[in-house]
Amino acid sequence: GAEKKKKTKQGAETLMPAFFKSMGSDSPARPRQKFCGMFCPVEGSSDSKTLDFDALSACRGRSDRRVIDRQTDISQPRKVEIRESTGKEALQNLDDKRSDRLLIKGAKIVNDDQSFCADIYMEDGVIKQIGENLIVPGGVKTIDAHGRMLMPGGIDVHTRFQMPDRGMTSADDFYQGTKAALAGGTTMIIDHVVPEPGISLISAFEQWREWADSKSCCDYSLHVDITEWHKGIQEEMETLVKDHGVNSFLVYLAYKDVFQLTDAQVYEVFSVIRDLGAIAQVHAENGDIVAEEQRRILEQGITGPEGHVLSHPEEVEAEAVNRSVTVANQTNCPLYVTKVMSKSAADVIAQARKKGTVVYGEPITASLGTDGSHYWSKNWAKAAAYVTSPPLSPDPTTPDYLNSLLSCGDLQVTGSAHCPFNTAQRAVGKDDFSLIPEGVNGTEERMSIIWDKCVVTGKMDENQFVAVTSTNAAKIFNLYPRKGRIAVGSDADLVLWDPDVTKIISAKSHNSTVEYNIFEGTEVRGGPLVVISQGKIVLEEGNLHTTEGSGRYVARKPFSDYVYKRIKARSRLAELRGVPRGLYDGPVCEVSVTPKTMTPASSAKTSPAKQPNQPVRNLHQSGFSLSGAQIDDNVPRRNTQRIVAPPGGRANITSLG
Amino acid sequence: MSDRLLIKGGRIVNDDQSFHADIYMEDGLIKQIGDNLIVPGGVKTIEAQGKMVIPGGIDIHTHFQMPYRGTTTVDDFTQGSKAALAGGTTMIVDHVIPEPGSSLMEAYDQWRQWADEKACCDYSLHVDITHWNDSVKQEVDNLIKEKGVNSFQVYMAYKDYYQMSNSELYEVFTFLAERGGIAQVHAENGEIIAEEQARMLQMGITGPEGHVLSRPEELEAEAVFRAITIASQTNCPLYVTRVMSKSAADIISQARKRGNVVFGEPITASLGTDGTHYWSKNWAKAASFVTSPPLSPDPTTPDYLNTLLSSGDLSVTGSAHCTFSVAQKAIGKDDFTQIPEGVNGVEERMVLIWDKAVTTGKMDENMFVAVTSTNAAKILNLYPRKGRIAVGSDADLVIWDTDSIRTITAKTHNSAAEYNVFEGMELRGAPLVVICQGKIVLEDGNLHVTSGVGRFIPCSPFPDFAYKRVKARKQLAVLRAVPRGMYDGPVSEFSMSRGGTPSASARTSPTKQPVRNLHQSGFSLAGNPAPCGPPTPDDIPIRPAGRRIVVPPGGRSNITSLS
Repeated sequence: GAEKKKKTKQGAETLMPAFFKSMGSDSPARPRQKFCGMFCPVEGSSDSKTLDFDALSACRGRSDRRVIDRQTDISQPRKVEIRESTGKEALQNLDDKRSDRLLIKGAKIVNDDQSFCADIYMEDGVIKQIGENLIVPGGVKTIDAHGRMLMPGGIDVHTRFQMPDRGMTSADDFYQGTKAALAGGTTMIIDHVVPEPGISLISAFEQWREWADSKSCCDYSLHVDITEWHKGIQEEMETLVKDHGVNSFLVYLAYKDVFQLTDAQVYEVFSVIRDLGAIAQVHAENGDIVAEEQRRILEQGITGPEGHVLSHPEEVEAEAVNRSVTVANQTNCPLYVTKVMSKSAADVIAQARKKGTVVYGEPITASLGTDGSHYWSKNWAKAAAYVTSPPLSPDPTTPDYLNSLLSCGDLQVTGSAHCPFNTAQRAVGKDDFSLIPEGVNGTEERMSIIWDKCVVTGKMDENQFVAVTSTNAAKIFNLYPRKGRIAVGSDADLVLWDPDVTKIISAKSHNSTVEYNIFEGTEVRGGPLVVISQGKIVLEEGNLHTTEGSGRYVARKPFSDYVYKRIKARSRLAELRGVPRGLYDGPVCEVSVTPKTMTPASSAKTSPAKQPNQPVRNLHQSGFSLSGAQIDDNVPRRNTQRIVAPPGGRANITSLG
Repeated sequence: MSDRLLIKGGRIVNDDQSFHADIYMEDGLIKQIGDNLIVPGGVKTIEAQGKMVIPGGIDIHTHFQMPYRGTTTVDDFTQGSKAALAGGTTMIVDHVIPEPGSSLMEAYDQWRQWADEKACCDYSLHVDITHWNDSVKQEVDNLIKEKGVNSFQVYMAYKDYYQMSNSELYEVFTFLAERGGIAQVHAENGEIIAEEQARMLQMGITGPEGHVLSRPEELEAEAVFRAITIASQTNCPLYVTRVMSKSAADIISQARKRGNVVFGEPITASLGTDGTHYWSKNWAKAASFVTSPPLSPDPTTPDYLNTLLSSGDLSVTGSAHCTFSVAQKAIGKDDFTQIPEGVNGVEERMVLIWDKAVTTGKMDENMFVAVTSTNAAKILNLYPRKGRIAVGSDADLVIWDTDSIRTITAKTHNSAAEYNVFEGMELRGAPLVVICQGKIVLEDGNLHVTSGVGRFIPCSPFPDFAYKRVKARKQLAVLRAVPRGMYDGPVSEFSMSRGGTPSASARTSPTKQPVRNLHQSGFSLAGNPAPCGPPTPDDIPIRPAGRRIVVPPGGRSNITSLS
């Protein structure tokens, strides 16, 4: 035990030197390593200052000469040695050209809770063994990791590939999109099904399945957006949860007169979602105010992309987040806020969590990596490329702030909301910013941006990095531990991470099809060296080997433990009781015949969550019978969530503070 | 009774300072303040003997004689203003509540008539906006310009009745900001309340406890947050009526820290008692506490609100006095949603705040004057006529006895209601003498009031207290487009079948105007009269309270965020 621990520790120490071992060895006087970012932005300034890694590593273990091919220039991707089986071993695998068996030796395995050194053996897309001196069959392809970090592949919880918008389709389809995801170290995406209002959820879902099954290169799952609300939708949601493996639904508080739901509808949707054990996602912006502001801004003659951000002020985002938190609390429904773009919205989430609300916040690559000052770019096409909702905040300190909250756990998961449109598509709104199709890129850049902004700067460690890029997403959406963890039995979706590679993000080299990359010119440190998806190597030496249509749909069960343990406990506590009183037999004032609907508003629309109108029950007739059966036993009760307060105070279950 | 009055030896307490001086009043006005005043003979003199003389209280929120489904609240303007005077309040501001769909002006005239006939003290009126369209807008304009109303309340609760949508709120606030009005909100999320009410009734909870269970304080806080957001967007001063819970008060104080122009009004009930009584076994007692937003079941709430009132985070106090008899409350005996809403508090307001905040050392007597009188006068633009003891101000004064102790009970109160929500509370501090319009109305425990002497006090728009900041922000808030060349690249085909975003609200919104095309007006390179590039101030049409500055890349100064 102790010896093993020691060895592990030594392994960890060995990591860096071994890795850099042959660096600059072809030109000892001038190390090739050029550091980037905040530490050393000036080219050549590291001359003669870089440590001599050769000297450092000389006495360590694990430093065999085969490690890495010489690195002649940092612009070249780093290499790992991948040994194909040869000779006799090869004969055993004649029928299997691309072996499904894979061994990674000497990796530092990074999960969200710990890091440790071990070998890892995969077969048939599943991790079969983890440990040292594994006994593996012959003919196994082996990767020598040499102490580099091996992490669970990223999960991009929010993509919109191939999304239809007014007859157009977002520029990256499932093939292009998942290819970009894999190139960035993301091995699973969760896309949003956006049914046109009036279209059945199921048929939209099946349409998306068809698109994704035929094109996706990595595993995927689907959120379904609720774009309207009536009785049929509730039934479809039940079907989706029970038969189609969907456990998350998004509602829109924005896009007035298109997708937007009223507060009462949101309440009902959340009630249904809670009963189904799913997650309520919300696009949080006050659509009413946005519509008013858009009109005002257009009236003032502002038609360019700057009008987009001016008409979507961050207060309006924070307001909607606050409102959805309130509704979620009332309905005891877990809440997930997509696209956290501003400081104030993030603050509202952080405060709600402190008060005990079950709420999760999802900043996206764009809000973590750039800001909204580009909306004022003189180049219309560039400015338009940043248009997304909620918009990027013009406050340049926002990314740093969101990265901090992500690091401390106030925000939990990251997506990309990848939904780029090309310039011709954007130009639909050339005379009116409100017509510009919305969405930015980010699926490829997500992992690297977070590494660069959070891990390199010391805001988070590599374990938290794994948590926010992969594990938390898997937990929330009930994919854990199949996804989001390196463990025996988990899917073989892995990334061998190179913490030191630097790269300048550019539309010239990205895998998306659009002309602009909103992170253009950003130099990021850290990137995937090898990406393994479904047990197959899809990225090595900078080369992508993706197969269109190989991605599987991953069904998700409801009542994710990570989310619902607390919800269930609260439901159990929430028994409401009336006060038993004698009948009031005093005088009663006459009321005019036209009773104004003073309060118990009957929504004009039929609301599926509402029980068919029961006659109002009299407490004294029904509630406090001492016999076992109650006359209302046949009335299905909705989950309740509050405790009757005894005079003198009550324990408010949603307020832990 | 003599119109000339001299108070000798009192300690005058204003919101800024206290000092010893005599006060001489004539014709309902304060004529002289100082020592050794030269006054005509035959003046009635009150020996104050070092007692505090404070400006009479202003109860900024009452509902006297309010019609409700064919009945009327039990305290009419006589009964109500009598109770007010008995408690040291010399001016009340009542809410005019027009039926949705009916004329604001008619309702205003009706209230004026009732109050002019019956009020025993000066009064002003808020007008509630219960629906919104072009004619309402016109009426609001007239009320501001000609009728002396500067504050209008909108409702975020009472779904399908009074409740306004967010877009309507935006439009009302925009309009009020232009015309110098104060936007008051009844802040509760009516949509969710309706859902919760249905749920409670379905579970068989029909008693008054259902009222508070269906209106959790989060819904109040949520609505306050939303109202603040909209007010901030429209650069409109906001006034939150009836702050009943800690979380709502917290939202207001946070917003004030961020620089929002927002005022919070806790009421006597929320400062003095809590919502545990909703669980009383006595239905009539429980029902007498029914008001919206409800009293918080958290018993630490009153203390918390008193603290925020003392620190200045909450600005003014009202009573929301709106009393119903037990028989009237019993309309809802089988369904809590039918119980008429409202509690007493106009008489107890000053005493209660004195007891809870001054005797406990939370605030001093000057702050007491500020929250019971001066701040209200400033918001209503009546300062310094009301809310201050100064030469030229109205002779509405109270000689305050800091040591008197008495027990509040329905047996002795001046309201006509059978229950008093403060029943049995022993409170220290009381008015000894109340002077209204220069006349003594309370002396030796005896009230001498006259129905119909109360005058309507018109309030003018753009109160400095709220609008100085708003105006400054408006000047800064000029939006400019980025001058760009025309985009001449390819444009995708697209269908407009789904309105991407620029929602065309189905309702006619009075503030809507045709959308201007930038390329027609803004960036022509020819020498036509259309403004080129950044418009000069003259070119800018009068804006509905723009408030944002265009950000140069690299940062902006957010005027509503002072931090």
